[in-house]
Amino acid sequence: MQAPSLLIVDLESGLKWSYICAMAQDSAILDEVVQNEYKYGFVTDIEQDLLPKGLSEDVIRFISAKKEEPEWMLAWRLKAYAQWLKMKEPMWSNVTHPRIDFQDIIYWASPRKKEGPASLDEVDPELLATFAKLGIPIEEQKMLTGVAVDIVLDSVSVKTTFQDKLAELGIIFCPISEAIREHPELVKQYIGSVVPTNDNYYSALNSAVFSDGSFVFIPKGVRCPIELSTYFRINARNTGQFERTLIIAEEGSYVSYLEGCTAPQRDENQLHAAVVELVAHTDAEIKYSTVQNWYPGDKDGKGGIYNFVTKRGVCEGPRSKISWTQVETGSAITWKYPSVILKGDHSIGEFYSVAVTNHMQQADTGTKMIHIGKNTRSRIVSKGISAGTSQNSYRGLVKVLKTSTGARNYSQCDSLLIGDACGAHTFPYLEVANKTATVEHEATTSKIGEDILFYCNQRGIDTEAAVALIVNGYAREVLNQLPMEFAVEAQKLLAISLEGSVG
Amino acid sequence: MTPILQITELTAGIEDREILKGISLTVNPGEVHAIMGPNGSGKSTLASVLAGRADYAVSGGSVLFNGKDLLELSPEERAREGMFLEFQYPVEIPGVSTANFLKTSVNELRKHRGQEPLAPAAFLAMMRERMKLVEMDQSFLSRSLNEGFSGGEKKRNEIFQMAMLEPTLAVLDETDSGLDIDALRIVASGVNALRTKENATIVITHYQRLLDHIVPDVVHVLWNGRIVRSGGKELALELEKRGYDWIKQESVEEV
Repeated sequence: MQAPSLLIVDLESGLKWSYICAMAQDSAILDEVVQNEYKYGFVTDIEQDLLPKGLSEDVIRFISAKKEEPEWMLAWRLKAYAQWLKMKEPMWSNVTHPRIDFQDIIYWASPRKKEGPASLDEVDPELLATFAKLGIPIEEQKMLTGVAVDIVLDSVSVKTTFQDKLAELGIIFCPISEAIREHPELVKQYIGSVVPTNDNYYSALNSAVFSDGSFVFIPKGVRCPIELSTYFRINARNTGQFERTLIIAEEGSYVSYLEGCTAPQRDENQLHAAVVELVAHTDAEIKYSTVQNWYPGDKDGKGGIYNFVTKRGVCEGPRSKISWTQVETGSAITWKYPSVILKGDHSIGEFYSVAVTNHMQQADTGTKMIHIGKNTRSRIVSKGISAGTSQNSYRGLVKVLKTSTGARNYSQCDSLLIGDACGAHTFPYLEVANKTATVEHEATTSKIGEDILFYCNQRGIDTEAAVALIVNGYAREVLNQLPMEFAVEAQKLLAISLEGSVG
Repeated sequence: MTPILQITELTAGIEDREILKGISLTVNPGEVHAIMGPNGSGKSTLASVLAGRADYAVSGGSVLFNGKDLLELSPEERAREGMFLEFQYPVEIPGVSTANFLKTSVNELRKHRGQEPLAPAAFLAMMRERMKLVEMDQSFLSRSLNEGFSGGEKKRNEIFQMAMLEPTLAVLDETDSGLDIDALRIVASGVNALRTKENATIVITHYQRLLDHIVPDVVHVLWNGRIVRSGGKELALELEKRGYDWIKQESVEEV
């Protein structure tokens, strides 16, 4: 098993945590993620440069300037902003929340830069404490804080090895702000090509104000030898979070990319509106896995992240493949539909999802599979788990265009209810314009009832452990899609998200 | 000798309805007790109360299990202390394999006894050996627990679990319901093979035929929430011949 490499993106930017390292196989970060209560509820008290609340052209110019962006990027942002101003906030999802005041959000927050400290003693102890909570080893902390480290240190050699290894193969893996400066031709060509700026309200907003995100480029014929992973964290108060990820897999290449997310525990709701674009060329494959654990709010529904994200991939070339796997346990509201546009003939789109809602959480999530090329195939496996008084909706579109002869889709949408006060909803949309298409949809609803729990109790398994056992069994088909070290952690995360949901 | 189970004047019911109206029963190590009675006499309620099903409320009396106050324990604690209920209607758990379920269960019991979890290889070997007791095929291990199992397969799976958990007290609740004669024989021989001088079994049944295979030391007749008669195994034969009416008659006359 290859150790994954990791990119940490500080969404309030400023500090560029771009580094690649060999992670221990028992990924320390996810160990932390799955701690009992919402352990990520800490806030790091770091001196920050904050813009005043509100959004205007000046704010966008400020962000772009801070990022030292080229003129074309600023122009692109401003165009998106102009489009956004003309758009209306969408209201069609099966979730409810108070209207968001977009002038009440801070669009730029940056930790004050320090000139390269000589040792960790000079680094803001709060920042170090944050790293410790994240379970980042001391040597990596040095790298993150820009401390000059002796090159002979083992982990640094490892780091160099991986950087060299990736560079040798022509793989680019860096924050998108860096890519805009270092690889403008690639970014210019692809950004907005899958999710146009005016695709929807939140993609327009993201395009105007995105702070950072990650960029991956896998050249022709290269199979990325390690898992690439990015870890996102929201820290500042009142700030909106807008990251942007762009992954390009050239002809015949392969990459597996992992994304993890956490946020501090706060009483207020925070908006997270990301955009992820994937491009798979001929015979290329992109596997994108997410373990989303943004702060879900407390038991009474106070606080938590509004997670309004646009994720889309295009299978550009023949026989290309894009596979989305998501384990969604966090956020007060999750609203996203990782989608695949199947343009190339014989291309394949997959969507594997486990969405857990507990307490007052709401999730409206699913996928869109757009069949354009001939003999394209898609597979959707969605497992919703609702507990407490939460609402969990699957919403999926399978669209087969006239051109797509021989298209096939298989969808399976299962709902698991825990208790009597939660809800599960399924909204499948099928639009088929080609008679040769085969589209199958299966749905089931089941419940963890008293009988099953008592049976487990009678075999010595307490109720919490029984729920974990049952839920993991139920979600197994999706968890199996995750890289192994993630799957184990995701299992624990599922169990913990549902603690206290029964009895 | 401490009895494995000592029930004294137990009363219990569901909502406002009293079903058990004062049951006393002592089960010693090495013994097999049969509890018989017509439908609605309280047999399954007794099994549920012993296992700790939440629907039932105990209103009086006491139950000692290996000297401990059973009624103070949660259902999982009772199981970990060595109480096993063989379910009349075992549940199905999709996605959870029989092997995984049993591993979780066995390791919970081991943890309770201060033992390390069993290593996977040792656990697999143990499962393979004990499945033979009930002539179960190994393919069941990787199938979801009880999902798509026939009635007989579910009951054999229950006895297989009993073999893995090695309880000190097994309560078999209407094991024979829905079993054909071959499955009955297999299940019964499994139960017999698991009998030792240290453990005990309570067999709850409506019919005598199961007791041809699992021979009890004591037979109790439950009627209207009370044990109205106890005797040796010949009592079961008498019931088979004469039905329950004469017992009902007698106990009414006694009142």
